Amino acid sequence: MTASELIRSSAAEMAAKLASGEITSVELVQAHLNRIAEIDGGERGIHAFLHVNGEEALAVAADVDARRAAGEELHELAGVPIAIKDLIVTKGQPTTAASKILEGWMSPYDATVIKKIRAARMPMLGKTNLDEFAMGSSTEHSAYGLTRNPWDLDRIPGGSGGGSAAAVASFEAPLALGTDTGGSIRQPGSVTGTVGVKPTYGAVSRYGAIAMASSLDQIGPVSRTVLDSALLQEVIGGYDPQDSTSLTDASTGLADAARLGNVKGMKIGVIKELHGEGFQAGVENRFNESLELLREAGAEIVEVSCPNFGYALGAYYLIMPSEASSNLAKFDGVRFGLRTLPTEGPLTIERVMGATRAAGFGDEVKRRIILGTYALSAGYYDAYYGSAQRVRTLVQRDFEAAFAQVDVLISPTTPTTAFKLGEKLDDPLSMYLQDVATIPANLAGIPGLTLPGGLADEDGLPVGIQLLAPAREDARVYRVGAVLESLLEAKWGGPMLNQAPELASTAVAAEEAN
Amino acid sequence: MSVDTILSFEEAMEKYDPVLGFEVHVELNTKTKMFSSAPNVFGDEPNSNVNEVCLGLPGVLPVVNKKAVESSILIGLALNCKIAEHCTFARKQYFYPDTPKNFQTSQYEDPICYDGWIDIELEDGTVFRVEIERAHMEEDAGKLTHMGGSTGRIQGADFSLVDYNRSGVPLVEIVTKPIENVGSRAPELAKAYVAAIREIVKNLGVSDAKMERGNVRCDANVSLRPYGQEKFGTRTETKNVNSLRAVENAVKFEIQRHAAVLDSGVLITQETRHWHEDTKSTTSGRPKSDADDYRYFPEPDLVPIVTTAEWVEELRATLPEPPAERRKRLQADWGYSDLEFRDVVNAGLMDEIEETVTAGATAAAARKWWMGEIARRAKLADVDPAALGVSPAVVVEIEKLIASGAINDKLARKVLDGVLEGEGTPTEVVAKRGLAVVSDDGALQTAIDEALAAQPDVADKIRGGKIQAVGAIVGGVMKVTRGQADAGRVRELILKTLGVEG
Repeated sequence: MTASELIRSSAAEMAAKLASGEITSVELVQAHLNRIAEIDGGERGIHAFLHVNGEEALAVAADVDARRAAGEELHELAGVPIAIKDLIVTKGQPTTAASKILEGWMSPYDATVIKKIRAARMPMLGKTNLDEFAMGSSTEHSAYGLTRNPWDLDRIPGGSGGGSAAAVASFEAPLALGTDTGGSIRQPGSVTGTVGVKPTYGAVSRYGAIAMASSLDQIGPVSRTVLDSALLQEVIGGYDPQDSTSLTDASTGLADAARLGNVKGMKIGVIKELHGEGFQAGVENRFNESLELLREAGAEIVEVSCPNFGYALGAYYLIMPSEASSNLAKFDGVRFGLRTLPTEGPLTIERVMGATRAAGFGDEVKRRIILGTYALSAGYYDAYYGSAQRVRTLVQRDFEAAFAQVDVLISPTTPTTAFKLGEKLDDPLSMYLQDVATIPANLAGIPGLTLPGGLADEDGLPVGIQLLAPAREDARVYRVGAVLESLLEAKWGGPMLNQAPELASTAVAAEEAN
Repeated sequence: MSVDTILSFEEAMEKYDPVLGFEVHVELNTKTKMFSSAPNVFGDEPNSNVNEVCLGLPGVLPVVNKKAVESSILIGLALNCKIAEHCTFARKQYFYPDTPKNFQTSQYEDPICYDGWIDIELEDGTVFRVEIERAHMEEDAGKLTHMGGSTGRIQGADFSLVDYNRSGVPLVEIVTKPIENVGSRAPELAKAYVAAIREIVKNLGVSDAKMERGNVRCDANVSLRPYGQEKFGTRTETKNVNSLRAVENAVKFEIQRHAAVLDSGVLITQETRHWHEDTKSTTSGRPKSDADDYRYFPEPDLVPIVTTAEWVEELRATLPEPPAERRKRLQADWGYSDLEFRDVVNAGLMDEIEETVTAGATAAAARKWWMGEIARRAKLADVDPAALGVSPAVVVEIEKLIASGAINDKLARKVLDGVLEGEGTPTEVVAKRGLAVVSDDGALQTAIDEALAAQPDVADKIRGGKIQAVGAIVGGVMKVTRGQADAGRVRELILKTLGVEG
């Protein structure tokens, strides 16, 4: 098997080859590091990574190989490399949140998910790009440059987790961690033709994920297959005493659900409000095709209505910035990260904090801090934050009513395929609309999965299909997702990513640029 | 700094009716902090008792300290509060470098304890009921030390040092309802109230309760209104008044200052005031209004606290007797006069006397020893009587030796010397030092015969009826026995020897 074929395998396949001794972890990690070196840098590179952690990844890989040679029992994914969204803190690698305000900051502690990744002995390839503090839907808001979509280098890879999605889509990593506050795992998954899951709120510890909106944030897996995401969620999930909002449920049964292989008799609800008007025709076509495949496989497709979803986006854009304005208050230049002194006038603590935040935060971050500060202000709180929380309850009730009728819900993940870089930068509202179908799951705390649903007729770009299940029923989205994936791949004659264009090496260009 | 004009307290009280309110912060003595596993220890190397959570580093999450919740409930129960079945935390947001997250995690709309009361007994026995609005949980801030500059405040300092050891230490803030109709007893009540809170939390064991360390900190609100007016006047809040004496003085000063301001026809500015121990006065802090916008909102990183009736009752069952009730009970049990009892309380010896009585001494004997010989020696050694090294058991044993006639009071003091010098129990000291009273009549008779023979004229006087002359012979016997005889017995034997009726 060539290195090129190797990196195109799924994580489960890589794990099987490692277990059988067909390959070593060092070979596997090196193949990915070579791929990163080949396509990630340069003017037209993918630029999925903000930091490449080659040395440590190879050391972990060598350690896994030695342990395996010694006959030690290892975790199923031991030796399979992973990329980490740079919103999750890691010892030994910088964590920036793609913000200037954290440039050069090294966390003295590991996030809980990182401890679990280390315990499973998965080599970490590096930290991936994102919109600054995960605020955006295009990864264009990174302070360290944009990430390109491997399907079309002039298009966005989605956001905020564009780096993780692009890394997995371009075979720089088989697995990645993302975070999803309003769709930051699922929307990039949708536009890059990859799989991404936002688990049930509390299923995965948030300890060590730099908070944007605490009541909405959730860490989740990014992969190329549904089974791979299930395997990864089993690694990172489970109760964490350091996260008060974490659930006590064991993180098991997800891979089994993905391997179950049937949907016969399941009731699948099409959310009336999340398709049709406002959705691109090619997206709608692929969506209908998936419904037909599921129907043929024995699922019952019914339409359900979630009448309050129309208010979800508005509520989200009050709750999220309110919490973000508070969570980001700690970035003040006093204890860590950037400190900027005012260029004129007296040197007071307030002015140093102000100058630091003015210089350290980008425009989108400032926009949300201002919005959130306003929404929480005396006299406005009830009208804004209070009303938004009431809408949130209504959205939850819509889901409750829907799940009283069906086992899972289905919708397109995003209304459109990937848009062009720069296209929506001056139009925040249109950017925010990207998350119209993903946001309700965050407001309700339920699990959501996106998987590739084919290419849109009009632009040949990936369309994502979203599956939603009741809270703590993550297994259901894996079960249905894996079935739909196999039906679609049977139809396409292989994984959708086989249809992605070959990426030219940018290594020479990158070297010249240096 | 301008010096405020003040009225005399008497004149202020003639013209105006004071209304008080207190916010007392109590630092809990839990092993770890309110929301992190960092140790809660006072006085260590700066920034050594910290971890990523109480430093507010990126990515961290709080976890509520269950012990702190239980301590808070205990405080609420001791203050006759209702305990919320369900309560939440909220973020109080303001930028200041002693607060690592730039918000303080506190409780806002639904405190864990609410609607309580406490009866405060003033020195003359007057009882004043103070109503408690709420007692809520929150976290302490770090400690800033401003270097350079003249004010000791952040404005004008060259730089500031911050110690986050205190950051995240559990606090319970106890807030009173407005205290009305207190009149000229206001300063006295202020002191007594804070003393009572300090005593309660100490008695509960939930706080070290040392005001000098900031374990108990008082913010005192004062406003004045003309007598007969219902509406409250504008209040000021004097911050961090950290001794009982200072609480009394600060309230008194603010009453006098407000009165002078109002007299001059000016309105009181609603503001915080800083208390200065050196000048015994307050100065203006920052303006404070009810419109201060802390942008409170529910803490999304914490789940609500649910208290079951069972849990609360379990905690209630562990409540110690309230200090005021205990004092009443003990005074009655011991039969001390008001004056005697107050002296005992002021000497801080109530616990020792109680233990001594429990161990078998009479209340009178316990008081005699602790307030007398032990207190005297402690004063000489400049230590607390309790720390002198005399245990209640020692007092009881000495008392028993006296009661049995084995030693007398004079010898008992020598026994105490021996105990303090580490020679063992009182009984062991008596044996080692040979301090036992000579009660062997044979030995005494020999001594008496010798004394009578040595002073035949005195013996004759006694025989002749001058009974009072017996003292000289007793003295002789005591001298011979080096004081170890029971003088009463000696006297008896002398008279018997001489055939005289005593």
